[in-house]
Amino acid sequence: MSEMIFLAWVRGMGLNIAIGIFLLGTIWRLIEIYTLGRKQDVAAPRHRSGASGWHTMFRRSLPIPGIMQRSPVSYIGGYIFHIGLAIVVFLFAPHIKLIQSLVGLSWPGLPSQLIDAATVVTLAAMLVMLFDRINKPVKRFLSTFEDYFTWALTFLPVLTGYMAVKHLALPYATMLAIHILSVELLLIVLPFSKLFHAITVFGSRWYNGDINGRRGVPV
Amino acid sequence: MSLKNIAIKLETSDSYSIGNVTALLSEIAAHLKKLIASGEASLIDLKSLPFAPGEYEQLRQALDHGEVTAQIDAIGLSEIIETRYPGVWWLTHYNVEGDIVADIIEIAIIPSILQSQPEDVRAGLDMLQAVISQPIQQND
Amino acid sequence: MADHDTLAQRLIQQGISRRAFLKFCTAMASLMALPPGSAQAIAAALAQAKRPSVIWLSFQECTGCTESLTRSHSPTVESLIFDMISLDYHHTLQAASGFAAEKARDDAMKEFYGKYLLLVDGSIPTKDGGIYSTIAGMTNLDMLKDAAKGAAAIISVGTCAAFGGIPKANPNPTGAVAVSDIIKDKPIVNISGCPPIPAVITGVLAHYLTFGALPELDNLNRPKVFYGETIHDRCYRRPFYDQGKFAKTFDDEGARNGWCLFELGCKGPTTHNACATTKWNGGAGFPIEAGHGCLGCSEPDFWDAGSFYTALSMPATPLTFATGAAAVGVAAGVGVSLANSAKKRAAKAAHQPVTLNDLE
Repeated sequence: MSEMIFLAWVRGMGLNIAIGIFLLGTIWRLIEIYTLGRKQDVAAPRHRSGASGWHTMFRRSLPIPGIMQRSPVSYIGGYIFHIGLAIVVFLFAPHIKLIQSLVGLSWPGLPSQLIDAATVVTLAAMLVMLFDRINKPVKRFLSTFEDYFTWALTFLPVLTGYMAVKHLALPYATMLAIHILSVELLLIVLPFSKLFHAITVFGSRWYNGDINGRRGVPV
Repeated sequence: MSLKNIAIKLETSDSYSIGNVTALLSEIAAHLKKLIASGEASLIDLKSLPFAPGEYEQLRQALDHGEVTAQIDAIGLSEIIETRYPGVWWLTHYNVEGDIVADIIEIAIIPSILQSQPEDVRAGLDMLQAVISQPIQQND
Repeated sequence: MADHDTLAQRLIQQGISRRAFLKFCTAMASLMALPPGSAQAIAAALAQAKRPSVIWLSFQECTGCTESLTRSHSPTVESLIFDMISLDYHHTLQAASGFAAEKARDDAMKEFYGKYLLLVDGSIPTKDGGIYSTIAGMTNLDMLKDAAKGAAAIISVGTCAAFGGIPKANPNPTGAVAVSDIIKDKPIVNISGCPPIPAVITGVLAHYLTFGALPELDNLNRPKVFYGETIHDRCYRRPFYDQGKFAKTFDDEGARNGWCLFELGCKGPTTHNACATTKWNGGAGFPIEAGHGCLGCSEPDFWDAGSFYTALSMPATPLTFATGAAAVGVAAGVGVSLANSAKKRAAKAAHQPVTLNDLE
């Protein structure tokens, strides 16, 4: 199989399968989570929840007191790599072109030099986070296979994308195909792992904030 | 319907640039410094550069003509121009059909191709001596 | 039969001066994409160089590669064919025909056994014993095997000979393959492209003639000096890609401003060739300069690798599974929800209030 055929497969059938499984899993899990429901709250609300849910969505992005002293690496590193990922994934022109071809939405991208910089920072932050996870006994104890697996699945697309653009190690077409393949693996695993937080994060924050508001502790 | 109805945009040679000209001028300046410091000549092959449309002409304009223009007639013409910057020569070699076969900027005191080659000098001397050794013809 | 003395001797016989010879070497350096200062080294090498015998075989092809070569500008194709190489067999270009032509091939193969350069354009059909393309009653398959035996090296000219090309396109009715799929024991250079750039064909020949060896090759056996970089990396429109300025259609403002053609399906990023610098038609331009994206014609399987007009980052084929998968996702979600609520109901039904008696 030549690299062009490999590339055509990952852009065609491979992408088809990955997006199919991603949609299947995401819809399944969203319906399941929504219909799971909660026990009926028979108590009268202490408070009208108001915008508490919306506030929580925002407030949970702020550092909780003391965390900067206790785990600065996780906190700052986590912030950097999440923002870096968002920049690289959503503001690189070829990615926007892909999203446009899938859902029809498009927006201006960033110059590739800025994307390069964001990629390097993201990769560095993720490596530091991994080192910290292994280095700190408590974190290491708490880490499971899934943590390392999802780290690798997130790290690989960024790394292979960077290597493809910079022509490192392999010919561009092969590296591009590996990059797309790594994203496809990520898409397939995402709905069935902790990576699903990419979709549920703000919904669950809203829910928690809202219910806390009803119980009398609006934030 | 005439040509005026069609939106034709005329491109002038200076309408388009991706920075090749600036980069080349800097490279030439660096080579000139080397020439002054050590007498070492340098060559730039213009056919290996990704010129945008019009940039070649922009480079021509930027380097312009200087005092010397020379022609060589050897398996096609060659045109050698000293640009307005002394020591910077633009060499264009054509084949017998008039196609450009090499397009080079040479940074040198004098382009090597202009100098007589020792082999040719020897051959020329042989020819000259053959002429001298022949009896003089009375033509007039 | 042409004589095979050195090129320098022939030039001296023709009364060509040393200066003219140096000019020729400068043109050769430019042609071979070598540093311009290497003209002296080329002159020294050429003084020793013999004119190699060349046999050119054309198989399942469109003659586009020969057309490309005969439009080679530098040096003129006449000087290339008549001064630099001894082209002993080329069934399109040679004057002889029929038995005389085939005899010329046989003679050259015998006389220069082990020394001649074999050029091939076109792919080789292998299905049904290779009967889909024959010359003088001989299948291409047999002729290639026969001619390859005594060749010093083989140069596959064009994507068909190099990688199978259009004849190999799905469903490949003739079982077409590349030269390298059949010949395994000879050095092979692939000069891919549909057609290849004429200056690249002559450049590789000039390299072989000058240095008596093949140039350095990449992983697909293409000469690195010409195929070492992608079209995208050497494209004059590359700055627009980096700035995020793209033509969205072939006639919008971006297209008129000469912006990057990536979104219109340009395969420049995955294509290795010298078009962006060597250019075509005596330097007049190349496809992207004319406003059309690169098709990737110098890459294997470019003919089966998705639409020419789909951006590399876009799906190559429609996402046919998506709607089905979404429906399955809904069904699975609803199914699991029903199961969950049934479980909850069952748990509720089975719930026994704890009494004091139970605790005792």
